[in-house]
Amino acid sequence: MILDTALGIAFVLVAAALGLNFWRLLRGPDIPDRIVALDTLYVNTVALLVLLGIHLGSALYFEAALLIALMGFVGTVALCKYLLRGDIIE
Amino acid sequence: MMSLPLVVLLPFLGAPLAAWSVRFGRLGAPWASGGITLVTLLVLLGVAEAPFAGRTMVERLPWLGSAGLDLAFRLDGLGLLFALLILGIGLLVIFYARYYLEAEDCLGRFYTYLMLFMGAMLGIVLSENLVQLVVFWELTSLTSFLLISYWQGSEEARRAARMSLVVTGAGGLALLAGVVMLGEMVGSYALSDVLAAGDQVRAHPWYLPMLTLVLLGAFTKSAQFPFHFWLPAAMAAPTPVSAYLHSATMVKAGVFLLARLFPVLSDTPAWSGLVGGFGLATFLLGAYFALFKHDIKGLLAYSTISHLGLIMLLLGIGTPLAAVAAVFHIINHATFKASLFMAAGIIDHEAGSRDMRKLNGLWKYMPHTALLAMVAAASMAGVPLFNGFLSKEMLFAEAVGVQTQMAFGWLLPVVVTVAGVFAVAYSLRFIYETFFNGEPVGLEHTPHEPPRWMKVPVEILVLLCLVVGILPALTVEPILAVGVSGLLHGPAPEYSLAIWHGFSPALLMSVLALAGGVGVYAFRAPLFALAERMGGRFEAVRFFWRGHDGLLRWADRANPWQDGVSLTTMVLALVGAGGIVGLAGHLGGGSPLAGGATPTPLDPVSLLLGLGGIAAAGAAVVLHRRRLASVILLGAVGLVIALVFIRFSAPDLGLTQLSVEVVTLILLLLALYFLPQHGPAEDGAARCLRDGVVAGLAGLGVGLVSWAILTRPHETIADYFLEQAKPGGGGANVVNVILVDFRGFDTLGEIAVLALAGLGIFAMLQHLYLPGPAKDHAGRGWDPDRHPPIMASLTRLLLPLALLVSFFIFLRGHQLPGGGFIAGLVTAVALIMQYLANGVSWTQARLPAHLHGIMGTGLLVATGTGLVAMALGYPFLTSTFDYFHWPLVGEVELASALAFDLGVYLVVVGTTLLVLIHLGMVHRASHGVSGNPVGGQ
Repeated sequence: MILDTALGIAFVLVAAALGLNFWRLLRGPDIPDRIVALDTLYVNTVALLVLLGIHLGSALYFEAALLIALMGFVGTVALCKYLLRGDIIE
Repeated sequence: MMSLPLVVLLPFLGAPLAAWSVRFGRLGAPWASGGITLVTLLVLLGVAEAPFAGRTMVERLPWLGSAGLDLAFRLDGLGLLFALLILGIGLLVIFYARYYLEAEDCLGRFYTYLMLFMGAMLGIVLSENLVQLVVFWELTSLTSFLLISYWQGSEEARRAARMSLVVTGAGGLALLAGVVMLGEMVGSYALSDVLAAGDQVRAHPWYLPMLTLVLLGAFTKSAQFPFHFWLPAAMAAPTPVSAYLHSATMVKAGVFLLARLFPVLSDTPAWSGLVGGFGLATFLLGAYFALFKHDIKGLLAYSTISHLGLIMLLLGIGTPLAAVAAVFHIINHATFKASLFMAAGIIDHEAGSRDMRKLNGLWKYMPHTALLAMVAAASMAGVPLFNGFLSKEMLFAEAVGVQTQMAFGWLLPVVVTVAGVFAVAYSLRFIYETFFNGEPVGLEHTPHEPPRWMKVPVEILVLLCLVVGILPALTVEPILAVGVSGLLHGPAPEYSLAIWHGFSPALLMSVLALAGGVGVYAFRAPLFALAERMGGRFEAVRFFWRGHDGLLRWADRANPWQDGVSLTTMVLALVGAGGIVGLAGHLGGGSPLAGGATPTPLDPVSLLLGLGGIAAAGAAVVLHRRRLASVILLGAVGLVIALVFIRFSAPDLGLTQLSVEVVTLILLLLALYFLPQHGPAEDGAARCLRDGVVAGLAGLGVGLVSWAILTRPHETIADYFLEQAKPGGGGANVVNVILVDFRGFDTLGEIAVLALAGLGIFAMLQHLYLPGPAKDHAGRGWDPDRHPPIMASLTRLLLPLALLVSFFIFLRGHQLPGGGFIAGLVTAVALIMQYLANGVSWTQARLPAHLHGIMGTGLLVATGTGLVAMALGYPFLTSTFDYFHWPLVGEVELASALAFDLGVYLVVVGTTLLVLIHLGMVHRASHGVSGNPVGGQ
């Protein structure tokens, strides 16, 4: 009972965060803003998938969340390296 | 033990061996090829007693039984005779070519082609299945193309190769059609069944069209008039090739085919008329034109055409005795013509010319070679005591024998004798003008005898000509009898192989031919003047090139119709046509757009993510000139798509999409470094508007179609796979079971393509060094800190965790979302991360990766899994699984498909790393000019 309520609130908050991420991603204005927006989008998606897993009582979403966490990090590292040095594998 | 497939397979295995053996000196190739040929010959001799005992040997490897296709080989007398010719003369040619080819010719390539040809030719004569025969037939056309164009620098050789490929390849297509008709008429493609169904075939209404198609194949291959012109042109090939392919073996393939099908197709008026008629015309015309060729090889080529016509004529006559003569002449012609070509090669080699107007009086300079050539030429002319005489007299006897059976029958002995006259005349011309007739004219150096061993193959063949010519009954009789019984598909008739048959019409014709030949040569001046005036006006080769050029001109005119318009216009036409067809179908069909299925209710979070994805895609379009920004936006679009997959029950797809997404991002960033940071400006507002409208409509159309499909209830094969996954493949994850088990063969092909693509990219990137920009997109200099310590340390910590994730995903793949492909991508990404944060040299010092080896191992493991199944007697890639109890872990399912998945994993890791790392190393400045990578901590 309390879990359902908590889940509901959590969904609303994560969704709001996702919306704000998208806003920053679209508005920019600069490249670092967008990189951070994409990174946070990944982070919030992890949260969203875990919430969905709890909501549906299924463990199937866990791997996806795990992989998003890993891939999101690598993507951000690559983009940052590009900003710093241009040549990302040197 | 299967011997016959081995006989055919061995030369094909010898081909790469010959290419490889050049590493150990240029003579490695002839040694390797000769050794393989000898082994093949021994294997064949091991089973040769079967035809001699009157048995036909058939060995069958089942393949596509339901389509009537087996890999089946057959050894009877005819096949044995041809196989012996191919291997025996092949051995001599291998020996001869070692001395013939110059130091600058690549021996490995030559012998590789030669072995491929030999295998294909053996395949033709030993095939039991007709379709299989056609496949080998086409292989001989291809290898002949490669051999004719062996001296690739010569324009003449390239044109000749093209022409022979067009003529024989087109004939091969006709033959394929004919063989398919024949197979359908009989109801089987097995030669044993076809040979037994002769009456049925001859009575069939398709008989005449089928015969015409088969004859087209045989006539083009055996250079029969009017398709003869490619053979003289093919003399541009090295002389060993001419001796082997274009006199002794390949051109005999057409003759062989008709001999093979003789019991089925012969004994009808159409057969005698077509085969006999074209054979006779070729016999006469070939002999006539041979007289006027100044090039020795040209003369020999037309002589070959003529002799092939002679054999065709004998097959066309169709009596059992004519069949004996045909088989006999096949043997005789192979021996004397191969030795003549080899002698011509020696003359060319040692005198530097093949033109009989320059070569005169060579008797003084190379008496030994001259003697050999004269014996062979006497055999070609049909002089008694040489083998050519015996088979030619059999022809004369048959020509007299059948003349009473047809209208204008008296013409046959006359025409045959006239052809015999020209044969004597051109043989005489070859001998007299090459070895006598005064002194050489304008040769660049003094001719001399060739190296001792170069003459050995010629001596062997010439000796055969003599021995067979003098003692036929003691030498050639057994193999001839076996060959004839193979041809007739029954016992050979009574015949006598004596030199002296008493006074007969045939003897008179022989004498007339000899005397007439001498006479024609003595009074040749008016004939040469006439030939000069005609100037080759009727040479078929001109018609060929005229047709060829006309076709190209027509193609040039037709081309603008299909690709003269711009790419955008073509896309517009394509999309427009699709839209019109779709719209017409929808309006005309009258069915509603949406089907009856109830849509899944929409939850607000999905709506938000969908809208966010659409907005990001739209923003990527708007910002597309700022390339880095649009790459980031596309990253968000990819994430949303992955989430859509996960949300709608395709977790495997979602995981794959996520991994591919980040690999793509790294790839784009690597490429973007070398590209302008801003895209070019558009052409104008009107054009943007037009393109936007078209793109929008196309998107709308695809969306509507998806909507129409998704709202309809539909049956798919998915249910079947879902039911079978567990009992059939032992896995609960149906996607993975399909990939590694049910459709494992597809996956094997796909990873092979992936590895090839990776190697292709690697080859293109090698030695490519590009300058990178000195400043970033905003015009600032780059950060001097190559690898910030915090990032470097953190990613090092992450490596074992990421590998653990990858291992976990790999192992559970068979039961739950995951598998080798995703795991491979995750491992690749985890390793790339080290390259990103720590640099190439740091990473490679700690993890020396032999990426090619990893890819190769992967392919081997995957293929090996399949081969293990075959070794155990199951079809390729059959999988098995069982459940084991592991201490602590519990019940664990182990499938052989897991090994296959490991192969997939290794290929994916190897390819991804190979491509990304080498793309990263394209920038020279960051690695030092000497190729010594700098960087790292």
